[in-house]
Amino acid sequence: MTAQTLEPILAEHPFFQGLAAEDIQLVAGCATNAVFKAGEVISREGEPANQFYLLREGKVALEIYVPERGQVVLQTLGAGELVGWSWLIPPYQWRFDVRAVEFVHAFALDGACLRGKCEANPRLGYELLKRVAQVFTERLMATRLQLLDVYGNRS
Amino acid sequence: MADPMLPEPYRIARVRRETHDTFTLELLPINSARAMSFAPGQFNMLYVFGTGESAISISGATTDERLVHTIRAVGTVTRALQRLKRGDVIGVRGPFGTSWPMQEAIGRDVVIVTGGIGLAPLRPVIYQVLAQRAQYGKFVLLYGARTPRDLLYARELEKWRGQFDCGVEITLDTADNDWRGNVGFVTALIPSAQFNPTNTVAMICGPEVMMRFTAQELRKRGMRDEQIYLSLERNMKCAVGFCGHCQYGPHFICKDGPVFRYDRIASLLGKQEL
Ligand SMILES: Cc1cc2nc3c(=O)[nH]c(=O)nc-3n(C[C@H](O)[C@H](O)[C@H](O)COP(=O)(O)OP(=O)(O)OC[C@H]3O[C@@H](n4cnc5c(N)ncnc54)[C@H](O)[C@@H]3O)c2cc1C
Repeated sequence: MTAQTLEPILAEHPFFQGLAAEDIQLVAGCATNAVFKAGEVISREGEPANQFYLLREGKVALEIYVPERGQVVLQTLGAGELVGWSWLIPPYQWRFDVRAVEFVHAFALDGACLRGKCEANPRLGYELLKRVAQVFTERLMATRLQLLDVYGNRS
Repeated sequence: MADPMLPEPYRIARVRRETHDTFTLELLPINSARAMSFAPGQFNMLYVFGTGESAISISGATTDERLVHTIRAVGTVTRALQRLKRGDVIGVRGPFGTSWPMQEAIGRDVVIVTGGIGLAPLRPVIYQVLAQRAQYGKFVLLYGARTPRDLLYARELEKWRGQFDCGVEITLDTADNDWRGNVGFVTALIPSAQFNPTNTVAMICGPEVMMRFTAQELRKRGMRDEQIYLSLERNMKCAVGFCGHCQYGPHFICKDGPVFRYDRIASLLGKQEL
């Protein structure tokens, strides 16, 4: 699919909702379609974070390898969500493994391409940063609640 | 109900092990033909002779012949309940308290958000919605637990999940990668849940922190406080509003609750020293 035809569906993704048409156009230039089979590894910890994903369908797991325990799932993410912000923050490397739990249909965005556009166009950069910051905040809050172990036995 | 302070003897007809620390008792009355009638959300005081009493919600269907309670062993009374066997007798006072808004829910979508043992007080609602499915709109059940071994009613959850007209999502705090479901806090399931926020009744039960954040997330979806109900489970003693043990701001949980409409208690949630 060409960047041009991606624009309208990209604009509907919750992460880009409400973004100005000219910005969608810029972003679409860095976007492609991506699909992953259930079980497929999407990225591995330490690899360069050249891309990030906006999920349209299916579910992915963020995992980390813990010796003596194996792969532990830290979080799962589904349709409408953003996967990966390491493309925005040095050293631009994936911090976790990402695996498709089910068949996944996503937009893949080229991180270096988008960074370039953000540097050249600070207004777009700020807009995207605000959106990523919103995701950070929500994930941090959810992680804190997970850490509280609220269902644990208090006695 | 006869004298609300006088326990009725009930015999344990069956004990079911639910998880490593949670079990279900099915009880039959000794002095009458059938178990008490109750409304979903109500609770009983279960009395272990010689040990003491605990407030425990009714977790069976309103149509059950047996009185069903699901209990997590956390302390003196609940551990004593855990040691009981089929044939043993306990005292039961109740049913007490307010109930889930089954009437208000008719003709609307029903969203249940629960965590941990909080699924137990909502199971009567699930049974009722499923038994009278046509009376309600969409049905969504979001359930958070700690690990796969803490999942309550695992077999029933699987069954409900398999029903085309139930949106059941389960999420865990931690899991290894053989778990194929969600991992994350239960609030993360709310943004993508399929319901119409303007025509929904939400019922929440779980730890207070979880209920607070769940209510906030439902509001973000566009629900009003008056559409949200939650069950508060603070410690209580008399269950009839005498002793003041369970006072929560201006309310007694035992008689004004445990089920409250969110707008009536929102300002109290999260406050210390209540
Ligand atoms: C309306 C209502 C409905 C309830 N429904 C159920 C139910 O269906 N199933 C169930 O397992 N439990 C339920 N509870 C909680 C149950 O009443 C308590 O877990 C029980 O009374 C603890 O008594 P205990 O003697 O075993 O523990 P204790 O020895 O008194 O205390 C042991 C530990 O449990 C903690 N604890 C005591 N009471 C509570 C409470 N209310 N909530 C959380 N922690 C507590 C104490 O802080 C302590 O850490 C309900 C409580 C209320 C008020």
